Amino acid sequence: MNKDILICGVGGQGTVLASKLIASAATSCGETVHSAETIGMAQRGGSVTSHVRIGREAFSPLIPSGSADLVLAFEPAEAVRNLRYLKTDGMVLCSSVPVKPTTESLSDTGYDGTEMLAYLQGKCRCLIIDAQSLCAPFGSSQYFNVAILGAAVGAGVLGLDAESMLQEMERKIPAKFIENNIAAFRAGMQIGEAYGIK
Amino acid sequence: MKREYVMGNGAIALGALAAGVNVVSGYPGTPSSEIIETISKYPQQGLHLEWSVNEKAAMEVAASAAYAGARTLVTMKQVGLNVASDPLMSLAYVGVKGGMVIVAADDPGPISSQTEQDTRMFAQYCRIPVFDPSSPEEAYRMIQDAFVYSEKYHTPVLFRPTTRICHAYASIEVPEQFGVHTYEGFVKDSGRWVIFPRLSYANHAMIEKRNPQIGKDFSSYAPNHFTGKGPKAVFASGVSYAYAKEYLKQYPDIRLCQIATPHPFPEQLALACLEGVEEVLCIEELSPYVETQLLQLIGAHQLSVRVYGKLTGHAASSGENSADSVAQALSGFLGTAPADAGLDLSDMPALPLRPPVLCAGCPHRASFYAVKKAMQGKKSYFCGDIGCYTLGNAMPLDMVDTCLCMGAGITMAQGLHWVDPQASCFAFVGDSTFFASGMTGVVNALYNEADMTLCVLDNSTTAMTGHQPHPGTGRNMMGNVVDKISIENTLAGMGVKKILTVDPLNLDAAVTAVQECAAEPGVKAIIFQSPCIAISKPTGKMQISEKCIQCKKCIRETGCPALITIDGKVSIDESLCTGCGLCSQICPVGAIQ
Repeated sequence: MNKDILICGVGGQGTVLASKLIASAATSCGETVHSAETIGMAQRGGSVTSHVRIGREAFSPLIPSGSADLVLAFEPAEAVRNLRYLKTDGMVLCSSVPVKPTTESLSDTGYDGTEMLAYLQGKCRCLIIDAQSLCAPFGSSQYFNVAILGAAVGAGVLGLDAESMLQEMERKIPAKFIENNIAAFRAGMQIGEAYGIK
Repeated sequence: MKREYVMGNGAIALGALAAGVNVVSGYPGTPSSEIIETISKYPQQGLHLEWSVNEKAAMEVAASAAYAGARTLVTMKQVGLNVASDPLMSLAYVGVKGGMVIVAADDPGPISSQTEQDTRMFAQYCRIPVFDPSSPEEAYRMIQDAFVYSEKYHTPVLFRPTTRICHAYASIEVPEQFGVHTYEGFVKDSGRWVIFPRLSYANHAMIEKRNPQIGKDFSSYAPNHFTGKGPKAVFASGVSYAYAKEYLKQYPDIRLCQIATPHPFPEQLALACLEGVEEVLCIEELSPYVETQLLQLIGAHQLSVRVYGKLTGHAASSGENSADSVAQALSGFLGTAPADAGLDLSDMPALPLRPPVLCAGCPHRASFYAVKKAMQGKKSYFCGDIGCYTLGNAMPLDMVDTCLCMGAGITMAQGLHWVDPQASCFAFVGDSTFFASGMTGVVNALYNEADMTLCVLDNSTTAMTGHQPHPGTGRNMMGNVVDKISIENTLAGMGVKKILTVDPLNLDAAVTAVQECAAEPGVKAIIFQSPCIAISKPTGKMQISEKCIQCKKCIRETGCPALITIDGKVSIDESLCTGCGLCSQICPVGAIQ
């Protein structure tokens, strides 16, 4: 398998766990995996990305522009910011919930994500996920990271099956959080499956 | 053997462990910090691990251990090498017995550094070998080779990964267990270990004779290699080699040469690669190092080869390379198709900017605010330093007038005092930076009778680089609980007469302390003590009552990201608020509790 997956969002949303789960699940399936994270000053309230590259043909740690099969976006503007990485026939999964910049209250730009979502829909194959209602039963938006993985599995675009993802989750997520994580993953899967059928 | 999926820094750490490293020292700095953190997860009998007080100390600890035959590893970021350059320049002359590898991580971009300096140039300046890995997997193998070459030539060697190697992940095969290297111990020999002009002269001659030998040796070192044929060649170094390979996978016949040991330059290999070549493109980050080496070589051998790169404007002279920028340079050079650019995004809407800011509840915000309030309307200079608190420069705090390098704020406040004695001069320094290179500056101020107020922002950790312990935290990297070194006692011991310790989250007390210090002549210090929010539990969440008059003073004056507006009304983002209470002390109507 050769697959390039870009994960993007805002520091603190749990993008790193999502990339680690994909990378280790793919490794367990015998794939060669490379990934890279943005670390450092950029993390504090800033835009963050993880590049996950599955397959022997990936030499550079970062995905070249126009090469990502899949973009998993935790925030609408971050999806647009990283759209240049997407292949022309690639797919974007994106949370509908905007995260205002931390400086927004000082200088109001009126950013609410709608323009970004409209742009995405006009530009590429994408599945917008209502992260708010999806995560509501679990009481925290922190579960979106596993939910979006579930959606990608459900839609059949991750290249990995539910079994291997769930196995990695059991391995990597502390016992007291695992139940909600599995439920969020399955809820995401349903959304993905519904999209896949369409 | 077992497979591990690790960060490049983890691969470097595991490689050093596989080489049986005995002593590891370093100072935190992005992108190098995780090397020592990884090693701490593999405690070994016979392995000493430390966060040293700064890079110079780390270098010296490792140097003498290597004199005794131990294998030693020193880690730092590129600017840390400037701090450690005094011992390193001399050590290059003296040499070592046990393998000594100095990892200095470069940061093209720069992404989180002050400079775009190139450690390959540093190696050339010191006249010592340098290894330049192109992937985490290669870093794992190469650092083991680095120990072998260090011992073979009795010289410290540099190892310079860049951010995209340090923070990239890959699978590597590592032993189930590690052992440590056995060594002879220190053998007294003042003719060898005591540097004197005569020794330096003799060793300088030896080094100049030795380095071409190493270059020859490196010419047959496996990672230095080339593939392909034809009249055009691409030379690449570090992660840029990986980017070049990525683009050239569709053109496997193009001549591509990796320079994995930039100094001493593998001349024989380069000459072999240049045979029949008419044009060369150099793909590298930071300085045009390989490009200059090739120009020299081509000149010396009177070859007819044109060299393109940074010096000719065919590659960017600054900033980080990417798969895209390298593909673009290569397609221009080779006349091949440009890489697939993906979707047409020329109509992209304007994106919100997300500049880094101090975290919600960060005690630094309160410290800066207290000084700002106390000095309002008075001529003051605020000298900042390296750490999270550099972000105190952002609006609305706007409390960092200068920032240069580690510890510089303290001495720069003195310089400003001497040219403007009427102004109040403040220096802000973090607790870790105070120990690293702030203390000598305080002695300088006392001795030379400067007027300044030192503000130590003591959050009990090295926050910016990932919360490493330091001498003031009472923990070290051997997992031991040790005596905390008191900043207050240290300052008192130096002779600072007025030292006030306050909680910055108590705004009135903090403002009073600043006013009291500013009013007195001489060297004064305020220790703002409050732990980093990332290592302490939130004390609660603030609430805004209906008393709020929507004046937005809390937002305008603190810029705390937990203070937001919803439908025009000031609200608290409970997912961010730590209950620090700074805003409640600023609210003119007491609406925030």
